[in-house]
Amino acid sequence: MTQPTDQQQAAAGIPRSQAEAVNAAETRELYKKREPIYPKLAHGKFRLAKWAVMAITLGVYYLVPFLRWDRGEGAPDQAVLIDFAGSRFYFFFIEIWPQEIYYVTGLLIIAALGLFLASALFGRVWCGYACPQTVWTDLFIMVERLFEGDRNARIKLDRAGWTVDKAWRKVGKHAVWLLIAFATGGAWILYFHDAWDTLANFFAGTAAPSSYVFAGVLTFTTYALAGTMREQVCTYMCPWPRIQAAMTDREALNVTYRVDRGEPRGAHKKNDSWDNRGDCIDCKQCVAVCPMGIDIRDGAQLECIQCALCIDACDDIMAKVDRPTGLITYETDDNIDRFVAGEKPRYRFMRPRTLVYAVTLAIVSSVMLAGLVMRTELDLNSQRDRNPNYVRLSDGSVRNGYSLTVINKATTPRVLQLAIDGDAAFQTRVLGAPADAPGQLSVGADTTQDFVIYLTLPRAEIDGPREEFRFRVTDPATGESASTRSVLITGAD
Amino acid sequence: MSEHEEKRETDAHSGTETTGHEWDGIKELDTPLPRWWLYVFYACIAWAVVYWVFMPAWPALPGLAGETDHTRGLRDHSERANVALALDALAAERADGFAALEGASITEIENDPELLGFVFAAGEAVFGDNCATCHGTGAQGFVGYPNLNDDIWLWGGSYDEIRTTLTVGIRAEHPDTRFSQMPAFGRDELLTRSEIADAADYVLSLSGGEADSDAIARGGVIYDAQCASCHMADGSGDRAQGAPSLVDQDWLYGGSREQVMASIHRGPYGVMPAWDGRLDEATIDAMAAYVFLLGGGEDASERPTGQ
Repeated sequence: MTQPTDQQQAAAGIPRSQAEAVNAAETRELYKKREPIYPKLAHGKFRLAKWAVMAITLGVYYLVPFLRWDRGEGAPDQAVLIDFAGSRFYFFFIEIWPQEIYYVTGLLIIAALGLFLASALFGRVWCGYACPQTVWTDLFIMVERLFEGDRNARIKLDRAGWTVDKAWRKVGKHAVWLLIAFATGGAWILYFHDAWDTLANFFAGTAAPSSYVFAGVLTFTTYALAGTMREQVCTYMCPWPRIQAAMTDREALNVTYRVDRGEPRGAHKKNDSWDNRGDCIDCKQCVAVCPMGIDIRDGAQLECIQCALCIDACDDIMAKVDRPTGLITYETDDNIDRFVAGEKPRYRFMRPRTLVYAVTLAIVSSVMLAGLVMRTELDLNSQRDRNPNYVRLSDGSVRNGYSLTVINKATTPRVLQLAIDGDAAFQTRVLGAPADAPGQLSVGADTTQDFVIYLTLPRAEIDGPREEFRFRVTDPATGESASTRSVLITGAD
Repeated sequence: MSEHEEKRETDAHSGTETTGHEWDGIKELDTPLPRWWLYVFYACIAWAVVYWVFMPAWPALPGLAGETDHTRGLRDHSERANVALALDALAAERADGFAALEGASITEIENDPELLGFVFAAGEAVFGDNCATCHGTGAQGFVGYPNLNDDIWLWGGSYDEIRTTLTVGIRAEHPDTRFSQMPAFGRDELLTRSEIADAADYVLSLSGGEADSDAIARGGVIYDAQCASCHMADGSGDRAQGAPSLVDQDWLYGGSREQVMASIHRGPYGVMPAWDGRLDEATIDAMAAYVFLLGGGEDASERPTGQ
């Protein structure tokens, strides 16, 4: 690379950037050492949007653990909490038990479908704006810019020998990076224990060892992925760019260079006509701002995360040379072909692909919502003893043992009434039930309680190898009821 | 790099030096170890040195290690000591449960969900270690080894009686052991084979078995003379002597005619060890309560009298 000189003008007053697309398909080798990329700061509406998304996503990530939500006595008051010790997941008014992990499955399906739909409509918007790798890399580049200046200054600094000035800039940058990385790893653990307690314990050295391990690991990964690995994560580690190929199509809006307008490219001299030439003055500003080290004018590429910063850079230049903006823009492959053929663009957001995604998304969301609305706070499981399978008593009657698990998801204790729904005349004994109320089961708030139950079938009532029935518990206070199917084995033929 | 090494041949295709070894024209590349591998290797060596300093490491250095046979390290780490500590901690954790169990009636145990859970946890473990070999893991029993789930008890089914039986054992080496002996009517030639057959027919008829009425009548006479003193005239048995009921549906040594005849012939002599001295009082409490709560226990309000 050489220093930019005044001789290399792309247009009047616009120097041609010396930026090279280090990751362009033509120059890239399979085993090449990483070439550093020095993205230049872009200005424009997409850069603004990215700052906004960064502020929102990071704000959510760092601050949500501190939000409070009153759940009453004894329950944690953190709005979003993944409580492994208590095996509960709290999300504002929602509380999920481990056996309800299917809600998380549903959430993941919704996230995946949302991603598919977004990809079918707008390409890699997730990669370009909201992916944590993009957001934190953006933040780290911002810090880098604060300490070392913009693109050219950074290149100069890296080439220069070690001086005190260079040293403090480098040390300062890495220190702030580590600080951000630590805040990132530190915020992670706040989602798993009470945030304020964890914060106090962490610095007092009394937090759980796992807290230090996870904070440490995520500090390291944040620092390494956003600070030093950057675009390599997207290109080599992340599977999403590969999945992209199946998710996007020729009618999706992607960040695209309009070849129909741009070519033939070349430097433009002042007062020259714009006829018979393209609008692209080959100033390479789009390459200079690219955090992935590619040239968008080479067309759709695996590396492109569609951050749209090249749009901002190009629009800037187009305004300066007094040409219409949008030489690089969100456009579909089909429309580029139409432009080349001199036709009008057409946009089709309602396509079989997007409709299938949207309908599936709506169905899954509805099922999730219905499940959440119809979620019961009383549940029942039974397990019949199999060792021994049945017990024959001295008078010839048969007894089976059961463990009955009552699940009370309510925040208040319950006194439930046990009943046996079935034809046969069972004699019921519940260990621990009061003598004067033999079917009465007391269950604490927000917990499960196991009961040992013995059912005896008198000899005269035995008329087959098995008797089917249901355990049923009813809460007289609320009218809620739950039941579960079971069977009594008689040992008879 | 020495003069000699510089002269080594470089493989044209890969650009890597060869070791100089050659077999039938096949040469060995001297590919250097990956840098990261080497660093990990050095880190391991450094770690080993740190480990020597902090952890027990070097064995049997006379005079250096003092009274032990190895270097102790700055942390004075000992797995044996840790196990002892963990066992003490476990005992302390369980102490409350065992203390609450002492002197409690089954009704009290049942009404305390925590204590009930403790009895099932502790009792099941103790039962599995000591009783399951004969009685089965589910206490379902085998021929000659009683099923402990049912309501049939040879020596009594109250909490206190079960506890006593466990403590002193049956026909065991304990001064107060439960003891009784049924004569071996056949082996000792107290009854003839046909008399034993008649007695068996009679005994089976007590619980609804069918046989020749003459044989039953003959057996009845033998029963009154030989068996009724322990098994009672009506066959209901006597728990004071560990004599089982002969009128119920349960047969400890098998309920076929041949099995009953075999029992009369040889006189069963079932043995259970005394757990007094092998297990502590609290453990026997948990074991007795567990057996009681398997479903067949009698009179839940009775308290154990203890030793």
